Amino acid sequence: MAAVLQPTHPAAVPQGGGFLFQEAGGTRITTPETFTEEQRMLFRTGLQFCREQVLPQADAIEAKTPGLLRSLLARAGELGLLMVDVPERFGGLGGDKTTSLLLAEANGLMGSWSVTFAAHVGIGTLPIAWFGTEAQKAKWLPKLATGELVAAYALTEQGSGSDALGAKTKAVKSSDGKSWILNGSKLYITNAAFADVFVVFAKVDGEHFTGFVVERGTPGFTVGPEEHKMGIRGSSTCPLYLEDARIPVENLLGEIGKGHKIAFNILNLGRLKLGAAVLGGMKLQFASVLKFAADRKQFQTPVANFPLIREKLARMAGAIYAIETMTYRTTGLIDALLARQKAGADDEARTIAAFEEFAIEASIMKVMGSEALGVLVDDAVQIHGGAGYIQEYPVERAYRDARINRIFEGTNEINRMLVTGMVLKRAVKGTLPLFAQAETVARALAEKQLPGASGGDAVAGAAGDAEALKMAALYTLKVAAERFGTEIEKHQEVMAAVADVVMDAYAVDSMVTRTRQSASGLDPVKVAMTQAFAADAIARSSERARRALCASSEGEGLERQLAAIAPLFAFRAFDPAALRETVVRAAEEAGGYPLAIG
Amino acid sequence: MKILVTAKRVEDPESKIKVKADGSGIVQEGLKYKINPFDEIAVEEGLRLAAKHGGEVVVVSIGPKEVQEQLRHALAMGATKAVWVNHGGALDPMSAAGLLKAVLEREKPDLAILGKQSIDDDQNQTGQYLAEWLGWSQATFASKVESLESDAEKAKTPAIHIAADGKSAQVVREVDNGLTTLSVKLPAIVTSDLRLNLPRYASLPGIMKAKNKPIEELTPAALGVDASPQIQVVKLSAPPPRKAGVKVGDVQELFTKLKNEAKVI
Repeated sequence: MAAVLQPTHPAAVPQGGGFLFQEAGGTRITTPETFTEEQRMLFRTGLQFCREQVLPQADAIEAKTPGLLRSLLARAGELGLLMVDVPERFGGLGGDKTTSLLLAEANGLMGSWSVTFAAHVGIGTLPIAWFGTEAQKAKWLPKLATGELVAAYALTEQGSGSDALGAKTKAVKSSDGKSWILNGSKLYITNAAFADVFVVFAKVDGEHFTGFVVERGTPGFTVGPEEHKMGIRGSSTCPLYLEDARIPVENLLGEIGKGHKIAFNILNLGRLKLGAAVLGGMKLQFASVLKFAADRKQFQTPVANFPLIREKLARMAGAIYAIETMTYRTTGLIDALLARQKAGADDEARTIAAFEEFAIEASIMKVMGSEALGVLVDDAVQIHGGAGYIQEYPVERAYRDARINRIFEGTNEINRMLVTGMVLKRAVKGTLPLFAQAETVARALAEKQLPGASGGDAVAGAAGDAEALKMAALYTLKVAAERFGTEIEKHQEVMAAVADVVMDAYAVDSMVTRTRQSASGLDPVKVAMTQAFAADAIARSSERARRALCASSEGEGLERQLAAIAPLFAFRAFDPAALRETVVRAAEEAGGYPLAIG
Repeated sequence: MKILVTAKRVEDPESKIKVKADGSGIVQEGLKYKINPFDEIAVEEGLRLAAKHGGEVVVVSIGPKEVQEQLRHALAMGATKAVWVNHGGALDPMSAAGLLKAVLEREKPDLAILGKQSIDDDQNQTGQYLAEWLGWSQATFASKVESLESDAEKAKTPAIHIAADGKSAQVVREVDNGLTTLSVKLPAIVTSDLRLNLPRYASLPGIMKAKNKPIEELTPAALGVDASPQIQVVKLSAPPPRKAGVKVGDVQELFTKLKNEAKVI
């Protein structure tokens, strides 16, 4: 297979989307096994805080007890949990992005808290940290880093959600030039009930999309009543009203007409972090359902002993392994990219650029993370049986809480468009060798040069699958791009189907790489999770790739193309029960996900 | 004042502990480790005393290089410096006390606080040996009068009271029938019980600062101590699994069962 996908030079600059064109395992990746001692310690502190201070108060949080979330943010601030992404000179840690994601995972144990935490440290604080002037940073960041002030982010409006730039809120400069006067309203604003600092997007003179900072107490600015939500009920979500709200002229964030830069760049980090945050929830719910299944007996047997339950448990562990591996691989790439550059005055610009470089991976994490959590909590409810439908069991809440993840931070539909769209855009720009590589793949397929099991070890099958998935993605994208040209974005089913194959390729590639990377030989549990995940990925990608071809081609050409990719999805035989047992026994032994960090 | 505290590395009670098939020890593979919780309480009390009276907290651990993780944890909580006694062999209370004695003679603290026992083998002897061999006063099972929910606890007030002249300390201890207060001359050995305080978390800034705090490495040889254990472990075995209990309907039934079936009353 090496003839088709190239091994990467270890010293190569980390490149977003690069995984599609490289052999699996070509470079070392950041994994929980490679975390530094400090990263582990920081994670432990975050996890201890969330377990001991947040989870025991879950019912009070869900009952929207006034002041509770705010006081938890203050306590988190005392421990330094809110300071990681704030630069050192403004009272922050200026920490690496892996640490930032580890804290997102640690604080992800409970939906309402996770969202509150993420809205403050991420979309609330970062617009100021990344795009603020020195004066703005000095004014707000030190207090945001300690939790003395709480931040919120206001982008969505009644008529503009995914179409963020369609905002109607308007900003006009006052006649004396000293203020901006804002009019309009915002919807579904997280932390609104108790936030002090709101990043608000509005169009200057109704035309130029721009960011502003609006402080609580600004005359003409009011926070509306709480929404009553399906899940994450403890978190605050309110509308904002701006009626001739007058803010100082220096509260403009970034440049006039450049609000989209703030909005989109913040989302790159937000999406990646969502992948980490869902991990916290997945691991907790997995441990919890594992215990329930061991305790709950039917037919004088713990339900955990029934093969259909074990199959679900094994798939849960495999999904966690996938999301964990992809998440920390991605943040490791971002840290590696930043580490190659010199620190200096343009730190923020470099950070923004690094996240932008890995925007494809960020969208992948958003979609795969939210959907993996969704499947996991759904199966967890199922294993609970009737109890899973009763509020007394935390899994009932987890099930409702999980749903929002597929909606916010860009819907999964939007993010699927972005995954394929960004690969294409970079190909057109010449930064990703899509077209040349797709030609090579097409030739290889025509010559029946197929990826076989590669590497000769226990994950060789999955390694071959990773190559097959990449080849299928490249080939399908080539066919679709040739057919539709610049109109391809209108063919959303094709875009989404390709995105799904690309995502599975990233997952399997990452899992193979991590599994092979361990110094002490292959861990049979990792091998089993990788092999089982790869087999599922091949099955679903086979369907998706063929559907994408059917939507992009016809007649004899289509027949030829379908025949060309068919061998990529050859059925690989193994005993699923053996893989499942390896995984579930390890999980039972560990009392949860078998590869705990720390 | 100078306060010395200990930080033993113990198996995390959340890990599943399994005895090796040959009974020679426990299966270490896949185990997680942490600072002995009683030692963590000792570190916390040391930090509170140092904050109140000024001075430094030195943390000591004995063991292979991995114990540096526990030292780093105590440094992240706020200890000033660490001493690592690099020792790979088995430890028993006497060998631990022998090594600690040598460290204390070097460091000359005003007060040493140890966990009352370590949760791995729960022997509860090291502090007592140490005080005896040094000829220092001792106050074991240090506790506090206020509850762990009290305002004093929230304000991280130390429970051990050092006299104004710095020459003695008052220590509340847990005993079978409640609490008792001892006055001890300093330097003294205090061992911490569970209800002495609620240890703080290692904060993020604390963790980052700990990176640059010194860990001094010593060896039993350098300390001139023969650390060979006096206790020989012959065999470990897991306790037999507990038999299922029975549910009783009311106190009367419980009473009847205790009297007629268990014959204990």
